[in-house]
This record gives sequence, C-alpha cells and structure tokens, in this order.
Amino acid sequence: MSPEFWIAQSFNGLSYGALLFLLASGLSLIFGVMRIVNLAHGSYFMLGGYVGLTVALRTKSFGLACLAGAVAIALVGMGMERFFLRRLRGEVLGQVLMTIGFALIFQDLALLIWGGDPYTVPIPAMLSGTTRVGGAVFPIYRIFIVGVAVVVGAAMWLALDRTRAGAMIRAAVDDAEMAQGVGINVPRVSLAVFGLGAALAALGGVIGGGFLGVYPGADFEVLPYAFVVVIVGGLGSLPGAVAGSLLVGLLDNFGKALFPELSYFTLFAPMALILAIRPTGLFGRV
Amino acid sequence: MSEPALRLDSVCRSFGGLQAVDGVTLSVRPGERRALIGPNGAGKTTLFNLISGALPLSAGRIVLFGRDVTTAASHRRAALGLARTFQITNLFPDLTVLENCLLAVQAHTATRFAMLRPVRHYALLLERARAGLASLQLEKLGDAVVRNLSHGEQRQLEIALALAGRPRVLLLDEPTAGLSPAESRLMAGLLRRLDAGITVLMIEHDMDIALELAEMVTVLHYGRVIADGPREQVKADPQVKEIYLGA
Amino acid sequence: MIRRRALLAAAAIAVLALVAPLLPAYPLTLLTQALIVGILAMSLDVLLGYSGLTSLGHAAYFGVGAYAVAIMTTERQAGLVACLVMGVLLAAATAAIFGLLAIRATGTYFLMITLALGMVIWGLAFRWVSLTKGDNGIAGVPRPSLGALDMSAPLAFFYFSLVAAAVAWMLMGLLVVSPFGLGLRGIRGSESRMLALGYNVWLHKYAAFVISGVFAGFAGTLWAYYNGFVSPNDVQLVTSVETLLMVALGGSGTLIGPALGAGVIVFLKNFVSVYTKRWLLILGGVYIGVILFAPNGIVGALRGRRR
Repeated sequence: MSPEFWIAQSFNGLSYGALLFLLASGLSLIFGVMRIVNLAHGSYFMLGGYVGLTVALRTKSFGLACLAGAVAIALVGMGMERFFLRRLRGEVLGQVLMTIGFALIFQDLALLIWGGDPYTVPIPAMLSGTTRVGGAVFPIYRIFIVGVAVVVGAAMWLALDRTRAGAMIRAAVDDAEMAQGVGINVPRVSLAVFGLGAALAALGGVIGGGFLGVYPGADFEVLPYAFVVVIVGGLGSLPGAVAGSLLVGLLDNFGKALFPELSYFTLFAPMALILAIRPTGLFGRV
Repeated sequence: MSEPALRLDSVCRSFGGLQAVDGVTLSVRPGERRALIGPNGAGKTTLFNLISGALPLSAGRIVLFGRDVTTAASHRRAALGLARTFQITNLFPDLTVLENCLLAVQAHTATRFAMLRPVRHYALLLERARAGLASLQLEKLGDAVVRNLSHGEQRQLEIALALAGRPRVLLLDEPTAGLSPAESRLMAGLLRRLDAGITVLMIEHDMDIALELAEMVTVLHYGRVIADGPREQVKADPQVKEIYLGA
Repeated sequence: MIRRRALLAAAAIAVLALVAPLLPAYPLTLLTQALIVGILAMSLDVLLGYSGLTSLGHAAYFGVGAYAVAIMTTERQAGLVACLVMGVLLAAATAAIFGLLAIRATGTYFLMITLALGMVIWGLAFRWVSLTKGDNGIAGVPRPSLGALDMSAPLAFFYFSLVAAAVAWMLMGLLVVSPFGLGLRGIRGSESRMLALGYNVWLHKYAAFVISGVFAGFAGTLWAYYNGFVSPNDVQLVTSVETLLMVALGGSGTLIGPALGAGVIVFLKNFVSVYTKRWLLILGGVYIGVILFAPNGIVGALRGRRR
C-alpha cells in the first residue's frame, strides 16, 4: 500500500466523517435535550437531499439549494416534534414506532414525488475538480465538505458556549426539569433544537447529494451510521459527535477499502471495544 | 469483642465538587438497633446507597460480617445477608402483592433460574411468600396489584420485601415516610417486633420513633459523623441539640 | 387470566388444524407465514413485553437462522434436523456475542446498539458475497422432508408450521410464567429493587436476550423453508421494526397478542399490496395510528373493555 493510498483513504475518511458530523451532531443534541429517539433522522437527510436537488435544478444555485433543504426540513422536523412527539416523552417504544411510521411515509412520498432513480445534486463549477496539495491530489468538493463541517462545528460550539441561548440549551441537556424550574422555556428550546438538528441533517443531505447522490433507501442506509457515531461519541456531547464522526468515517473508509466483505464488521469491532471500556461512549454524559 | 456486623472505615463519596459523605466511620454490632439521624441533605440516603452497593465509594472501606465488600456488586452484598428498603417506595407496581413477595423470597434460591414450570408449582416458595406477607398483616392483599394499594400498605410491603430474604443486616430508609401518625405508630410496633437477631440500621426523621426503637444513634451533618453512641448520650450532646433546636 | 388466554390459544390452534384442509392455497400459505412470523414476534415479546428491553435488531437472529438453512440445504443438501439445529445454534451464538455488548446498556443506548448490531448482520449478508451471494440472495431452498414425510405440499407444510408454532408458544409460555419469567417482569418493573433483592440483573437480562434470539432463529429456519429464498431483505432494519410493530399492535407482555399482531400485519401486507402500490404509506399510517389510538395493542384494548 503506497503512501498515496493511505493519504487518499485518510482524506476520504475525513470528508465522510465531516458529512457524518452534520448528520449526527443534530441527533446527539436532540437526544441530549429531549431524550427522544428519532428514527426519521435519516429521512431528514434524504428529504433534504431531494429538496435541495429540486431547488438546485430549478434555480441553478447550490447555495439556495442548501438553504432551502435546511429550512424545509427544519419545518418538517419541528412539525413532527410539536404535534406528534411531544406527547411521547419517556415512552421509548412509542417514539420508535411513531418516528418509523413517519420515516416510512416520507420514504413513500419521496418515491411518489421524485421516482425511484438516483440523482446527483449539481454542484457549482468552482467546487468541482481537483487540486494538488503537496504531492497528492484531492477533490475540491470533499475539501469543501470538511470546511463546512468545521465551520458548522465551530459555530455550534461557540453558540453553545458563549451565547445565552447556548447556555439555555446546555442547561436543558443537563437537567430539563431544573431548567424549567429556573424559568427556561424548555418546550421552546426543545423545538428549536429539534429544528436545528433536522436542518443540519438536511444540509448534510444536500451536500452529500453532491457526491453520494440522492436515492431511495438513503434514509435507512445512513441512519445506522448516525447512531454508531452517537453511540461511540456519547449522547448529548458535541466533542463526542466530532470524535465519533471522525472515527466512524475513517473506520468505514478503511474497512471498505481493505476488507470489502466485512465492511460493517470493521465498524462494529471498534465500537464493541469502545463500549466495553466506556458503556456510555467516549464523551457520554447522559 | 465479637466482629461487627457492619463496619464503615472513612467512607467518602463526592459528586464533582460536592462531598456528600465525608469520612464516615462507624461500627454496628450484630443484633444492634441503630438510628441514623441528621438534617435533610446530611448524606443519610447516600450513605445507604454506598452500603447497599447502589453507588460506588470515592474512598474508604465497607466491611460486612468481616468481608470487605467495598467493590462488591449489590447482589453479592444481598447474598451475604444485606437487605434494604427505599425512602421513595420502590416496588413492582404492575405485579400483585404476592408476586412482589415471591420475587423477594426466590432471590436467594436456585429456583430463580427455573424456566420450565409455572411459579405456582413451587409450593414451598409460595408458602414462604404468604408467611412473609402475614408477618406484616398483608396476607389478605395477596392478589391486589401494587399500583392500587394505599401508601401505608405499600410502605408495609417495602418492609415485607426486605424481610422475606431473611436478612442479617437490614437498612431501613425512613420507614414511616408519608405515613399518618396512626400509621406511624403501627409501623413502629411492627419494627419493634423485628427478629432480635437482625442488625437494624434505620434512617428516621421522626425523632420520637427513632429514639424509641434504637439503642444506639449516629448523627450525620453535612456528610460527617458529629455524634455516635448510646441514645441518651447523643440526646444530651450539645452539638446535636444545636442542630435540632438551634438552627 | 393466563389460563384463559392459554385455553383460547389452544382452541385457536385446534380450529386452525381442523379448518386447514378446507382452505384454498393462497390463504393457507398466508396463514403459514403468519404462524412463522408469529414465532418471531413472540420471541421479541419475551424481550420487550416481559423484560422491558426494546430491541431494534431482532431480525439479525431471524436472518442467521434463515441463512444457515439456506446455505446448508443448497450447498450441502443437509437434512431437516441438522438444519434446524444448526440454525438455532448459530442464532444462539450470535445472540450470545451481541448480548455481551448490548446488555450493559439501558434504554436508548440499548436500542441504538441493537440497531447497529442488526445492521452488522445485514452488512455481512449483503457484502460477504462468497457466503451469502449478497444482494442476489440464496434461492432454491427445498421444502423439508422428515424420513418418508414429505412437506412440500402447502397443507403438509402448514401442519408442520402449526406444530412448530405451538411448541414454540408452549415453551415461551412456560418461560414467562416460571420463576425466571417472574424475575424478568420484576426487572421490567424496577431494576434497582431487583438489585437490592439480590438478583444478578445483568445475567437475567442476558439469558432472556439469548433465549429470545434462539426462538427468533428458530422462526428464521422455518422461514427459509417456507419462502424457498433468503436475501438481505430478510435481515434489514425494516424487518426488525415491523416485528416491533407486531408486538405493539398485538399488545406487549401477552405473548399471544404479538402472535395476533403478526397475523394482522401479514394479512394487511398481502391484501393491501394487491390494491395499491402505496403500501409503505399505509404501513406508516398504521404505525402512527397504533401509538395514537391503541397504545396497549389489541389484547390490551380487549382487556380494558372486560374491566
């Protein structure tokens, strides 16, 4: 295995991890605040991609596609939380079944609206092609993905750490009842966080649509990855989401490249190891 | 001197910056009746959780009948004869009273792994469970679902469950919590009739009952033992008086 | 009340046995399918309804059993007994390994870990092409024969499945009313209390997990014979979730409820898909409807009315 192989695979793993971060950070935060299991999170990713696809084709603007995808799915997510999930606090089985119900409905609607063929979200010319760094060649789009993830991650960390809204979210993650007790409007915080999580997943879907494509089945394909990231990183933790995404992205990539027949297995073994040492994940606090 | 039933050596438990239990050392003789009293937040229930194994220690040692159980799991301590009740009633709400008691009775027997015969086949267990209920005057409620019992009846069942396993050391966490004065009197009567061979450590807010039932008293304040000895001595202790009458 | 349910179930089995020869082929095969899937649903109820553990990866053990039979019959022409034993043993081994990881976790973590583990089996089925033929699946699984008894005819296979389902139901039924079963219900009621009473809660949960996996694997072996074809679709997340729906629909913690739920879903699936392509939409609606309108399932609703 040449050094180029390792560099290329590492970079691929890094960029895939960046995509996973967008997907999983929202999931981790949602769980941290509301302890809600949302099996439609993969659907947010897929629907975001489809919406972004349509907007990109109509308006020829990638930026608008990203925005439209994020906003549209944020609304969908918030609608789900406000009118359906809020009553199921603490009922794990109920949450699982209801969110899967939505996931199935979303899947069929997507099939109805966009059909069964796979598509790729058109990306702007300045983001396509490759560039040379050192002796190696990297696709610009993947560098873009990493960049987006870094910006989003930094923004989230700053917001959580430095702003009042962020403090309210952290309080709600720590102890929702207490937070309500000191006057924080926890239902409103929950709604906002849910919308944010859905928006991030959708953004991931649009951006991912540029190189992975949008297709039926993407929702259930990407969902376990989001869960493994969150399990490994620890629920409710942003640093955990970062660590988890990187780890899963790299492991998945190297696994597929080196042991194609055992790909999910290469994901599973390290997860098993980490859970054996720390059952609540690397940075788990819940 | 014979070996203590329960011995704590400089037991500590901290939660982040908060020192909930700070260097508690005490020794309980077999058959002794000891009350653990102190203001709210003094660390009494935390101490029980440490003794029963529900919480790990930050420092110190716990010795049960000469065996170091500091790192032992809850169920191992229970197997050595430790039983406890909970301050907030902790029963099996959807099972019947008899089923609750059965669970307590079969806990230390090999029967708990029996998978091929219905429970009602095991006559000996049923008998022991019914006897356990009878000793707390609960035998008429055998088929009632716990969820539907009154608070007083549930508190009695709490004790029945702890006793059903034939413990050697019994930790009672506020047995009269939430009971009316009349019910408290009944409970006190019940506790007075406990087998003299059982070592009893009791957290109790009702000072009258605590001092009536226990011959030895330990007073906890901010996680530390500030008085420890025969009840008359503790009653007269100026520090204790200040805590209960001054502040 | 348990005796009444047991009698009803026994009566139902007798009725089915008597009515079967009169049924046309299509309903008969659907009933067979319902019986087999019913075993899977009951196995999940042992975990969910009785032990309080919500697992999203139950299709894994079902799939291991199914693939074992498929591989052994198509590549080694193995007989019925060998296949059943192997399928169940492999499913048990899978559950034993996965249980070591999953049982340490509780609540949502348990859910997510079982989901991920289920996906591992799916991934293996999908990618380990040399063993499982990947996406193409393994076709040509013959109907079993036991000595001179040939079970390729729908009626014969139906009786075979009926006997299997009855045996599985009896064993699981005994389990949940046994002292061990009472222990599981105690764990579902209050783990902390069980620990204080002296139970090794981890061990009980682990045992329940493995036993549940055994019965799921058993259902899988029957499925391979029934369907004649095993593919990664049998191991996918949707299958695990559907099983969960059957348990919720029928009423968790009743054993016979989930079997009923399985029957309802099997018939619903097969009838509805004849009339519309929008089957997924309707299924999704059923999921949401059950949670909103019948949270205790069919059996729960009936029980409520009796009060």
